[in-house]
Amino acid sequence: MTSGQTRQHRPRAARKRPAEPVTITYREAMRAAIREALQRDDRVFLMGEDVGRYGGCFAVSLGLLEEFGPERIRDTPLSESAFVGAGIGAAMGGMRPIVEIMTVNFSLLALDQIMNNAATLRHMSGGQVGVPLVIRMTTGAGRQLAAQHSHSLEGWFAHIPGLKILAPATLEDARGMLWTALADPDPVLIFEHGSLYNVSGTLPADAGPVGIDRAAIRRPGRDVTLISYGGTLGKALAAADRLAGDGIEAEVIDLRTLRPLDDAAIIDSVSRTHRVVLADEGWRSGSLAAEVSARITEQAFYQLDAPVQRVCGAEVPIPYARHLEQAALPQPETIAAAARAVVG
Amino acid sequence: MAVKAAGRASSRNHDNPIPKPELIQLLTPEGELTPHPDYPLELSVDEIKSLYRDLVLVRRIDFEAIALQRKGELGIWASLLGQEAAQVGSGRALEPRDMAFPTYREHGVAWCRGLDPVKLLELFRGVNFGGWDPREHNFHLYTIVIGAQTLHATGYAMGIQRDGAVGGEDGEAVIAYFGDGATSQGDVNESFIWASVNNAPIVFFCQNNQWAISAPLEKQTRVPLYQRAQGFGFPGLRVDGNDVLACLAVTRKALQAAREGQGPTMIEAYTYRMGAHTTTDDPTRYRLSAELESWKLKDPIERVRQYLIRPGLAKEDFFAAVNAEADEIGARIRQACETMPDPEPLSMFDHVYAEPNALVAAEREQAAAYISSFMTEDGAR
Ligand SMILES: Cc1ncc(C[n+]2csc(CCOP(=O)(O)OP(=O)(O)O)c2C)c(N)n1
Ligand SMILES: [Mg+2]
Repeated sequence: MTSGQTRQHRPRAARKRPAEPVTITYREAMRAAIREALQRDDRVFLMGEDVGRYGGCFAVSLGLLEEFGPERIRDTPLSESAFVGAGIGAAMGGMRPIVEIMTVNFSLLALDQIMNNAATLRHMSGGQVGVPLVIRMTTGAGRQLAAQHSHSLEGWFAHIPGLKILAPATLEDARGMLWTALADPDPVLIFEHGSLYNVSGTLPADAGPVGIDRAAIRRPGRDVTLISYGGTLGKALAAADRLAGDGIEAEVIDLRTLRPLDDAAIIDSVSRTHRVVLADEGWRSGSLAAEVSARITEQAFYQLDAPVQRVCGAEVPIPYARHLEQAALPQPETIAAAARAVVG
Repeated sequence: MAVKAAGRASSRNHDNPIPKPELIQLLTPEGELTPHPDYPLELSVDEIKSLYRDLVLVRRIDFEAIALQRKGELGIWASLLGQEAAQVGSGRALEPRDMAFPTYREHGVAWCRGLDPVKLLELFRGVNFGGWDPREHNFHLYTIVIGAQTLHATGYAMGIQRDGAVGGEDGEAVIAYFGDGATSQGDVNESFIWASVNNAPIVFFCQNNQWAISAPLEKQTRVPLYQRAQGFGFPGLRVDGNDVLACLAVTRKALQAAREGQGPTMIEAYTYRMGAHTTTDDPTRYRLSAELESWKLKDPIERVRQYLIRPGLAKEDFFAAVNAEADEIGARIRQACETMPDPEPLSMFDHVYAEPNALVAAEREQAAAYISSFMTEDGAR
């Protein structure tokens, strides 16, 4: 990152200057968010495998060790359960840890700490013990890393009371969700889709924290609602482009926060378009897409002109060969085809 | 081998002196034989030549695979460069009836188990699921999730025990491979406990290549790794992992002890990952080239060559023949890799379950219909 970009991350309370937009990648936006958090709050530190010297498995924390030193950018031993558990301990003791797990698949080695401990401690201590911990991890497929690095398990984590689950899909959210998550008194998990890190675009120079309780309409439309999040948002938008070519105006919703879900935004859109396609890289059975679909059925059944359709990851462990992997995932064509089918 | 009496205090400021590590070595980097009383190794010159051949061939296979990955023919490759002796030495200590559980880097062990390297390329190219028949070679499939295989190996070893295949002339044993980084995982420590309390017939073979991606050894441990074994209740030892003779000798002895019912041993093969972690990694981001240079002086192949070039051992034509064979294998696997057919798209629905499954069948049908819809709409697809 250039020093020009570094300067913009001064605490935003500072004097307002006309904000020039900066060109930035998702990875850099995430890094800027981490940097800002480290600057603003000395209780914040980052830890995980290869986050320091290496700059993170996906280069998100590149340069931060040099800038903040090894106390605050902590390379850990290779032990997910240990560094998530230690993060819980540090959070209970008043710190604001950001724990990075390489991929969602390896979060499973720390599942006990996340679910049995972080998510339950407040409740089981009668409100005495909170865990203001943020866990970031890469999710999703599309990079030919095979089944044990490529699943989309955020929907699964969204099942768990006590956690908040975020899925930044845009640069703004990559830049803005972290600080809000750190300010939250409870554990927040941030899922970064691996295909997004290289996406680039512009952000206002004074971009900063964003809310984490509302879904967003990323493209308005009136014929069909495409609901997606994280790595599938771009595909849903691409599908909407194709549909526009056919004269179908699709509205694209980005869920942003997977737990708690913003029911109102979903129901509002469905009540206007009367048709829905859900795109979710997670497996269809028992998925987040299933949950959203159930809510639509519960709350807007009579608004529907066609059954809710889901385009999900194939119900197989994600294959390694590139063409098989692509075939196992939702794609703009498959999303558009489902939308054409419900529009009829 | 148990830890010797407490040695010098460590250089760190700590009350507990850490015993000075002992390194078992039978062949120095200069090619001198240095016999060890506890690890006698009677090898003919022909046997040493054949070890040399294995070392050279596996390095060549590795080299070809890296080149193929660079050309886009493989998705990824985890190089064994620098670890040939640890893998060939331990791999050659195995009897056909023993079972090996590898990580993702054990191409040299695979070679010793008689696996055609083309199978490894198929796996890393993604054209087959699983790669090979583990029973045919008594070589389990590669494991990616760090440390998981040590538990599988322990369970397998307990199964051998239950089958009564331990003790006696033709006892069987298991070897579990893992890295220095893996020793920080709960799974690995739990496997030590299980193997220990069950006296399982297993050898824990840790290739300490000094790095776990960018994490140096100091991130994982303050004591030499082999010394941990003692706390779990079984012997641990450190061997020069770049010395194929020593790796062979210590692994043979440990496997024999396991086969005879004397329980686990941990071997720490002290070596160095001379290449990148995988083809996606750039080690210059986190380590100094001086370190690599110093390890080059301990090269596992060069020391065997230094030994063999002594008068009366191996002639120039031997080395030429090994190189020619390496060229041949290189050409063969390159060609095989470039002509591997892509798997059928619908093959991803195979083997989700052992038996037919309605959900998977329905998805397969949908996918087939979707693919054929492209065919009719747009024949070029
Ligand atoms: C549970 C788990 N966490 C993280 C990773 C990512 N990862 C792959 S290899 C590796 C380093 C392993 O180091 P080591 O055990 O020393 O083996 P080496 O690669 O050096 O052979 C890591 C962290 C993984 N595969 N599995
Ligand atoms: Mg290692």
